[in-house]
Amino acid sequence: MAQHGPGDLELIGLTKSFDDFTAVEPMDLTIPQGSFFALLGPSGCGKTTTLRMVAGLEQPTAGQILIGDTDITNTRPHQRNVNTVFQSYALFPHMSVMDNVQFGLRRRGDKDAKRKAQEALDLVELGHAGRRKPNQLSGGMQQRVALARALVNRPDVLLLDEPLGALDLKLRRQMQIELKRIQQEVGLTFIHVTHDQEEAMTMADSIAVMNAGRMEQLGDPAALYENPSSTFVANFLGQSNLLAAHITGTAGDGRLTADVHGHEVLVDAGRVPAGLRDVWLGVRPEKLALGEGNGVNELKGTVSDASFSGVATQYLVRMPWGMDLTVVQQNDGSARARLGDAVTLSWDPGHEFVLDSAQDEDAGVEHVVVDG
Amino acid sequence: MAWLRRHLLLFAAVAVLLYMLLPNVVVAVFSFNDPVGRYNYTWTEFSTRAWTNPCGPQGLCDALGLSLRIGLIASLVATVLGTMIAFALGRYRFRARSGTNLLIFMPMATPEVVMGSSLLTLFLMMGVPSGGLAITIAHIMFCVSFVVVAVKARVATLDPRLEEAAADLGANPTQTFLRVTFPLAAPGILAGALLAFSLSFDDYIITNFNASPSSITFPMYVWGAAQRGAPVQVNVIGTVMFIAALAIVLVSQLLTSRRQRAAA
Amino acid sequence: MPAWSTWSSMAELAVLSGGTARPPARRANWVPYALLAPGLLWLAIFFVAPMVTLLSQSLQEGSVEAGYTFTGNWQIYVDALQKYWPQLLRSVGYSAAATLGALVLAYPLAYYIAQKAGRWKGLMLVLVVAPFFTSFLIRTLAWRTILSDTGAVAGLARSTGLTDVLQAVALTGNDSLLSSKFAVIAGLTYNFLPFMILPLYASLDRLDRRLVEAAGDLYATPWQGFRHVTWPLSLPGVVAGTLLTFIPATGDFINSRLLGNTQTVMIGQVIDSQFLRVLDYPLAAALSFILLVLILVLVSTYVRRAGTEELV
Repeated sequence: MAQHGPGDLELIGLTKSFDDFTAVEPMDLTIPQGSFFALLGPSGCGKTTTLRMVAGLEQPTAGQILIGDTDITNTRPHQRNVNTVFQSYALFPHMSVMDNVQFGLRRRGDKDAKRKAQEALDLVELGHAGRRKPNQLSGGMQQRVALARALVNRPDVLLLDEPLGALDLKLRRQMQIELKRIQQEVGLTFIHVTHDQEEAMTMADSIAVMNAGRMEQLGDPAALYENPSSTFVANFLGQSNLLAAHITGTAGDGRLTADVHGHEVLVDAGRVPAGLRDVWLGVRPEKLALGEGNGVNELKGTVSDASFSGVATQYLVRMPWGMDLTVVQQNDGSARARLGDAVTLSWDPGHEFVLDSAQDEDAGVEHVVVDG
Repeated sequence: MAWLRRHLLLFAAVAVLLYMLLPNVVVAVFSFNDPVGRYNYTWTEFSTRAWTNPCGPQGLCDALGLSLRIGLIASLVATVLGTMIAFALGRYRFRARSGTNLLIFMPMATPEVVMGSSLLTLFLMMGVPSGGLAITIAHIMFCVSFVVVAVKARVATLDPRLEEAAADLGANPTQTFLRVTFPLAAPGILAGALLAFSLSFDDYIITNFNASPSSITFPMYVWGAAQRGAPVQVNVIGTVMFIAALAIVLVSQLLTSRRQRAAA
Repeated sequence: MPAWSTWSSMAELAVLSGGTARPPARRANWVPYALLAPGLLWLAIFFVAPMVTLLSQSLQEGSVEAGYTFTGNWQIYVDALQKYWPQLLRSVGYSAAATLGALVLAYPLAYYIAQKAGRWKGLMLVLVVAPFFTSFLIRTLAWRTILSDTGAVAGLARSTGLTDVLQAVALTGNDSLLSSKFAVIAGLTYNFLPFMILPLYASLDRLDRRLVEAAGDLYATPWQGFRHVTWPLSLPGVVAGTLLTFIPATGDFINSRLLGNTQTVMIGQVIDSQFLRVLDYPLAAALSFILLVLILVLVSTYVRRAGTEELV
C-alpha cells in the first residue's frame, strides 16, 4: 500500500450497487489529512452515495473505508468520528441552536460541551443566536449552525453534502470564502460534494471529478482545468472549444504540427499522448485572442454573437466549417468586435490540451442547469 | 439472530396488525358455523345456512334498514354542516376562530355516555319523544366534528393561489368555488361522509339513550341478541360490512395513488 | 385565561391531520359567519345546551312518575361520589392502562407504516382503517369467541404460563381469560387502537428521516436517536392519540359489559343503568357530569404538561 498519514481517509475498491444499477464503480482514493477535498460531478454521478458511505449512512457493496489504519467499513454512523453537514441542514427543529450544536458532544458525554459549543458558534459568527430555534434563522444562518454542529466534534473527516445549494448566489460566494477560512483555521479534513465546478475550484485543494459512478480525474484545480484528461472533464470544468485535428508531423522545438480543417497549427509535443493521431484539440475561451496573432495558430471567422458582461465580453465566432468557437475577451480597454465582423483568432502553442478523438465531444456539456 | 433483530420492527408491526384483524377473521369464519344451542362461540360444523338466509332472525333486517336510513340522513346533514364549517376555517379569517375550534373539538373529547345522557335530559325537558328523530339529531351532532376534521385536512393542503388564479382568469366567486375549490376538496368531503356514515351506523351508546322500543337500530339489535345468544346472521352482516369497507377504502386508495402518479 | 388557551391549543392538536397553515387573508365579511352558523347552531343546541340541562337535571328532585322540581341540592354529588367512586376510579385506571397498551402497540406499527413500509404503505393503512368501519359490537363479541376457555388463545396462555402470571397480578380471577380485568383492558386497547395509530402515523409520516440520520451522524446510538429526535418530534401525535383513546375508553361500557364481570363495572355502565333501568335521573345526571368534569381536569392537566415541557 502507498504511504499514508495517520489521519488520511482511504477508500479501497469502494463500490455501491443497487438492484438494477451501479451507483459507484470500484473506487480507490486517498484524501490526505487536513486537506479540503471536493467531489465534483453532475447529479446522479455517485458523489453523494460515496459521501454517505463514508458517513456510514449507506452500506458499501464492496470495498473498504479506512481512517489512518482503522477500518471503519462495518461500523455504524454513530461509531465513526465523521460528521456531515447535510444538504437540507437537518437541524433538529425542536431544539435550540445551542442544543443542536451540543448534540454530538453530549452523546459522547463531553463535560465541556457548553463551552465548546459556544466557541463553535462564535467561530461561525452566531455566538448570539444560541437560544433561538432553527426556524427563527435565515437560510445562511441555518447553514452556519449546521456547520458548527459538525465542526464542534472535531471529526477526523467533515463531510459537506452540497451545503451551499440552497443559498442564493451572493450568499453562496460569501459562504465559500468563510468555509475556506474556517477549514484553514481548524485544520480538519473537509470533503465537499458539489455539482458547482466554480465552487469546487474556488475552495478545494484537490478535486475528484466523478461521472456515471466513476472517478474521471483527480488533481488540483489548476491541473484539472489546464490539462483535463477527458472531454467530460474539459466540458464540465469551464468551457472548452474542441477542434477536430490530425497530427501531421514534427516541427522542432518540441512541437508537432497538426491539421485543423485544412489549417496547420502547432501543438506542444508534451501534451499529446503517445501514439495518438486523430485528436480533439482543446482551447479554453480565454486562451483565444481576438485580432492579429504572431503568425502561428491563427483561425479566421466572423462574429456571430457577442455578449458583454462587464469584466469581459464573450463572443461566438463562426468558423468556415460551420463550428462556433467561444472566445472570452477581458475588458482591458482593447476594441470590441461587433456582430458580423471578420476576425482572426489565435492562441499560443502550449495553451492547448489534446484528447483522443474517440471520446464524445459533448460529454459533460451542461445543456440545462440541474440542481442536486 | 442479527436477521431477527433487523426485522424486529416488521414483526412487531405485523403482529399488531394481526391483533387488529383477528376479530374480523373470527367473525367471518364463524359466519359459516352451525352452532349447537344459542351461543355461537365454539366451532361446530361448516354451514352456509346463515348466508343463504340473512334475514332469518326476526327483526334483524328491520334493524339493519333503520340503521342504514339513519346513517344516510345523519351523514348527509353532518357532511353539509361540517363541510361549510371546514371551508370557513380553512379559507377565511374571522374572529372567534379558536372558540369555533374548541366547539368543534369538544364533542370529540366528550365520552359518548355523557353526550347520550345529556341529550336525553334535553329531550326530556323539551318533550322530544325518544325514537328515530332523536337518534338522527344525536348522530348529526357527533358526526359534524369528524367531518370538519376530515374536510379541513384536505382544504388546508389546497394551494390558495389556485383560487386566485381562477379569479385572475375571470371566474366569479361562485364559478371559482364550483369549478376549482369544490372538485379539489371532494376527496376530503367524501372521506368525511364515509366516516360520518360509519360512526352513525356503528353507534350504540348514544343511540341507546335516545331510542324507543320501536326504533331498534342494528347495534341495538346485536346488543340485545348478545344477551341471549346472537344469531349467526349477525356474523354474516359483520363480514359483509368488513368486505364492503375494505373494498371502498381500497378503491379510494387506488384512485388517489393513480391520480398522484398521473400528476407526477 | 390559561385554561382557555390550553383547550384551544388542544383543539389545534386535534385538527393535527390538517396542518396548521394559516388561511389566506380575505376581507372578513359575512361569508364565514354564514358558513359557520348552521353547524355551530346545531352543536350549540344539541351539544352545549344538553350540558346545561344535564347539570340542571342533577339538581332536581322527584321521580319519573311524579315529575321533577329544581331544588339546587348539591348533596347528590356527594352521594354519587361516595357510592360510585370505585367505578369512577376503575374507569380511569382501565382506560389509562388501555391507552398505555394502545400506545405501546400502535407506535411500532405507525412507525413502520410511516417510515419503512414503502409501497405497502397504502395497503397497511387500509388494513388499519378497515376494521374501524365494521361493527364495534360484533368485533367485541368476537373477542368472547377468541378468549373463550376452549379456544386456542386460552390454551396457549395456559401452556406458556401466561394464565398463571395474569392470575398472580390479579388481572384474572381464575383460569379463564374471559370475564376478567384482563379481557376488559385488552378489549378497550383493541377497540381504540385505530384512534391511536392514525395520529401517530400522521406525525411520524411528517418526520424527516434525515434528522434521524443526522442524529446517528452526531454519535447518537439508534436508541438515543429515537429518544432525542424521533420521540419528541412525534409528541403531537402521541398527545392526540392518547387523548382520542383515553377519553372514549373512560366512558365506554361495552367492553366491561361484554368481556368483564361484576367486579369490572365501569362508570359508563352505572350511568346507563341508572338512567335507563333504575330511572334515577338526578343521580345518573350527577354521575355523568362528574365524569365530564373529571375528564376535562385530567386531560387539561395532561395537555398542559405535555404542552409546556416537551411539545415543539
